[in-house]
Amino acid sequence: MRMNRRGFLQTLAIGGGALSAPSFANARQDKALSPGALGLLYDATKCVGCQACVIACKEVNGMPPEFSDPDHLWDAPLGLSASTRNVIALYKEGGRHSFVRQSCMHCVDPACVSACPVKALTKEPKTGVVHYDAGTCIGCRYCMVACPFNVPKFEWGSAYGKIVKCQLCDHLLAKGEKPGCSSACPTGAIQFGGVQKLLQEAHARLKAAPGAYYPKVYGEKEGGGTQVIFLSALPFEKLGLPDLPDVSSATLSETIMHTTYKGFGMPIFLFALFAFIARRNLQKGKEE
Amino acid sequence: MATAKKFSYNSGSGKPLADLSRRQFIKFCGCVAAALGMPASMAPKIARAIEQGGRLPVVWLSFQGCTGCTESLLRSTHPTLEKLIFEIISLEYHETLNAGAGIQAEAALKETLNRDAGRFVLVAEGAIPLADKGVYVRINEQAGVDLLNEVAPKALAVIAIGSCASWGGIPSAGPNPTGAKSVGSILEGRPVVNIPGCPPNPYNFLSTVLYFATFGKLPELDAHNRPKFAYGRLIHENCERRPHFDAGRFAKAFGDDGHRKGFCLYKLGCKGPETFANCQVVKFGDVEASPISIGHPCFGCTESGVGFEKPMFQRADIQRFTPPAFYPHVFEPRGEGVTPLTAALGGVAFGGAIGAGYALTNRLFKATDGKEGADKPKGGGAHEDE
Ligand code: SF4
Ligand code: SF4
Ligand code: SF4
Ligand code: SF4
Repeated sequence: MRMNRRGFLQTLAIGGGALSAPSFANARQDKALSPGALGLLYDATKCVGCQACVIACKEVNGMPPEFSDPDHLWDAPLGLSASTRNVIALYKEGGRHSFVRQSCMHCVDPACVSACPVKALTKEPKTGVVHYDAGTCIGCRYCMVACPFNVPKFEWGSAYGKIVKCQLCDHLLAKGEKPGCSSACPTGAIQFGGVQKLLQEAHARLKAAPGAYYPKVYGEKEGGGTQVIFLSALPFEKLGLPDLPDVSSATLSETIMHTTYKGFGMPIFLFALFAFIARRNLQKGKEE
Repeated sequence: MATAKKFSYNSGSGKPLADLSRRQFIKFCGCVAAALGMPASMAPKIARAIEQGGRLPVVWLSFQGCTGCTESLLRSTHPTLEKLIFEIISLEYHETLNAGAGIQAEAALKETLNRDAGRFVLVAEGAIPLADKGVYVRINEQAGVDLLNEVAPKALAVIAIGSCASWGGIPSAGPNPTGAKSVGSILEGRPVVNIPGCPPNPYNFLSTVLYFATFGKLPELDAHNRPKFAYGRLIHENCERRPHFDAGRFAKAFGDDGHRKGFCLYKLGCKGPETFANCQVVKFGDVEASPISIGHPCFGCTESGVGFEKPMFQRADIQRFTPPAFYPHVFEPRGEGVTPLTAALGGVAFGGAIGAGYALTNRLFKATDGKEGADKPKGGGAHEDE
């Protein structure tokens, strides 16, 4: 028997499909919001694009400037990077525009924590802050791939590169201070507080001025919920916030992973497949 | 009293402020409070200090300078110089403003040093030349450095006014033939408040003196002993041309279109981004003017190592980088700088990776498919399913 490419792909598809059909015994539940969870409410309709939050973030975290112009005149990050933990981006369409803040969302059930093989990324049980421990990190960068918001960044320029991302200024929280960005914001567009309170506040704003907002609080459910939540006048997808299912990607990936490894199914299947190919190639060699 | 004779209507003590109406006076104290970054409610306290404390005796010595600092002070209008020296402070000795001259003036100085020892403020203007035993400044047959060393120990506080006194200024610029030094470096071990500037803003001097009179201590100083209320921020941070800097609108030559439109002077060598001073807030000459506001780049006079040292039109080393007035787009391609060139390069690399992957797949299947794929085009070619 000869196996051509189509056959090969079919075999794979059937095998994979059979194994990944969810077996509910292994389905993991989304993690829930801790009652003491802390977060930020970013209201794009209040943001004037002053970028005071970007400067403050650099200051409180001791981050260097990032140049993107040939004369090196400005700290002008084009996005999150190893020296930038938050960024204000602009969306323009016709006569309308909106700013949007890009930074770690402090997911309720973070994919980065799930993907990290050595627990360098951890979710603080009480505050829910997603913390990074450089001493534990092995530099595998799985978190970068896993994060649905493309947040963790790697110090590519360093021989012992570390991951850089917003940690909700937990060094300031420990001193009873607020995160740098929210303290600096002159318009109250970034509000720091308990997530439950922030959600209430966000809904109150939606109710008080329904015409002014896109009728949704982003992050309440998206990707299993985030502790940094958003309000905006424009649809969130336009501001680059992905349209995620309500279930966290950590739940999806861990369920698939645990299911495929259930009863050692996937390894046995793959072994059988490769044994088959090897045997066939051997036979072919003999025939020729 | 010699001083009383010197300034005919200076009683040395008694009622100050005879000429200022109460209202004007409180307003003036309010201005001082504002300059010091204090609430207006401080004004009465400053007023009380001036009224009750008696006027602070001040001795002003001139060394290696152009007298521009004095000229600058002469041009302050709220209060005017006469009000300042007769009603608010008691100016006991000042070579340019002394009524008497020669023996008379020197006698006045001797008397003040005796009578007011330990309670007068010494203001030093100009650098101190040390080369050749200090011969390059001689006053009353005395070398400048010796005069300073005689007067300073008796003073309650020492203020170095102007860039020359603060850090050497013009006389100390290379090759510094006279060995000019700052006042602070001569009086090592004793706090000297520096009010640099070429010329310094008279209100920075005035506010420092009145702060001292009111609170009995010196205002908070920075690492270069400059009062923070005046030298705490960069010129660049308070500049009226700053929006042009942030938006990338620069004058590129004197008189060009951008210069006429009032654009930022950075590319003409403005040292605002590395110079700490409040010129852009307090301005000069009571006509709301500063070098930058009349179209000339700041040359960094308050900053040692910048003014008189860096070429006038060389670009400044920006001290605090901040974002420009434009933004990354929401869907900015990340990671690489987004010039059309890097975007194109990125595209090539990405395309290459896909091509390589495709070729690899082809080769893999050539192996498993035997002859079947042998005459298919290599890598990147159309690849039909069988
Ligand atoms: S946004 Fe990304 S990095 Fe931040 S917690 Fe969620 S998964 Fe982790
Ligand atoms: S919480 Fe702190 S680290 Fe995070 S974006 Fe704000 S300032 Fe930066
Ligand atoms: S500081 Fe506030 S208003 Fe300014 S850019 Fe940041 S979020 Fe917007
Ligand atoms: S570079 Fe000079 S002119 Fe331009 S904004 Fe700064 S201080 Fe003003």
